[in-house]
Amino acid sequence: MRIVVDFDLCESNAVCMGIAPEIFEVRDDDFLYVLDENPPESMRAKMEESVQRCPKQAISIAED
Amino acid sequence: MNSTTVIVGASLAGINAARTLRLQGHVGSIIVVDADSERPYDRPPLSKQMLTGEWEPEKILLPAGKEDLDLEFRLGVRAKAVDLGARQITLEGADGTVANTAFDSLVIASGASARRLPDSAGIAGVHVVRTLADSLALRAELEAGPSRVVVIGAGFIGAEVASSCRKRGIEVTLVEAMPLPLERILGAEMGRVCAQVHIENGVDLRLGTGVLQLETETVDGVEKVVGVALTDGTTIATEIVVVGIGVTLNVDWLEGSGLTLDDGVVCDNTLLAAPGVVAAGDIARYPSARFGRMLRVEHWETAIAGGEAAARRLLAEASGETPVVFDPIPWFWSDQYDRKIQLAGRPMPTDTCVVVHGSTDEFRFVALYGDGDRLTGVLGMNRPRHVIQLRALFEEGASFSEACERAATL
Repeated sequence: MRIVVDFDLCESNAVCMGIAPEIFEVRDDDFLYVLDENPPESMRAKMEESVQRCPKQAISIAED
Repeated sequence: MNSTTVIVGASLAGINAARTLRLQGHVGSIIVVDADSERPYDRPPLSKQMLTGEWEPEKILLPAGKEDLDLEFRLGVRAKAVDLGARQITLEGADGTVANTAFDSLVIASGASARRLPDSAGIAGVHVVRTLADSLALRAELEAGPSRVVVIGAGFIGAEVASSCRKRGIEVTLVEAMPLPLERILGAEMGRVCAQVHIENGVDLRLGTGVLQLETETVDGVEKVVGVALTDGTTIATEIVVVGIGVTLNVDWLEGSGLTLDDGVVCDNTLLAAPGVVAAGDIARYPSARFGRMLRVEHWETAIAGGEAAARRLLAEASGETPVVFDPIPWFWSDQYDRKIQLAGRPMPTDTCVVVHGSTDEFRFVALYGDGDRLTGVLGMNRPRHVIQLRALFEEGASFSEACERAATL
């Protein structure tokens, strides 16, 4: 599982950070940083929740 | 669950209810009805990227509406009445034909419609922004390059429309009947900050002023707005008026159904309104233990969570499992000019409000709301990280003073 963020869409609402702070981090520059682009399978439910709850539909999961 | 579920409302709450039902094992038919004839779309961009012209309609289609979930969409179809005893819903098609459809379970997610000014129907140049059609109609007029737009109501929709017009370089007069914008949601102190954001961005802000009447002219049989007369005695010349004065709930079809209607469909704490009947989204009123009162929340995220929870409630009823209590932490955002406002929680305007990070002069800050020592809200302006981190304090049951201490460490 690979996390893909469309940074043209991302508006740093930080919802994903609220769901999975170990993967997503919005820093003081107000930009989102993906801390682990290949999260373990145990994080799948949280990753799917992040995809669903992103107000900008900026997150997707690639299987490769 | 192998039965027929009718979902009234194909917007965020309805479509997420449908998706959850299907993915969690509902094998019967799921009929999704909406008066809007468009495929399910996302509403927040309607007052922002759609108005500025940055985005086209294709970009706001909801992903769940495009998934292969074997849903039976009936779009452009209006719910007229429901008989819960007979398990029948009366639907009116776009062509006016009326027919009954049988169901086993019902999801009420019919949402709300934009309130309009009295006696404004049919006047050209007068807009609301609630549907995709509304947004596209306003956008077409903004593209014609009007000299000025008058926005009635400085709530979130009005503020975002004002912002989008300013991004297009159009002069804006923003009229608010209350002494300050958003005072009933954010309190007076933060209302003043929001007012200042408009002024800094070149908006002609008129506070404490109502609309007396729309001035119109009739040319070639078309009545068109040419100005707005305000209760302070002034008149503003304009070709375009946008009205953002709140919503009315789409509950007409539920009158006489036996459901309890009281500023929404009254549900229990699992969104159940009657056996086999759940509600979600703008229309659902539910008891919140977290905030100690009945809540009806018109937020984007609550619509998603509510749709999912309502679906799970029906599945629990069918399987005999214990239903889950619905009591999320309300959260929303509003993008205005280059500022992002976010609020977590549900403060009352009279609650204590303390700035704990940054400063309101810089329009980059975090403020906490408290009722006594109970934390009731986290407000951020261009501080998304802090809002999300402090929002978690609600889950932890932190007090207002604990939240203030925590905020100082971020």
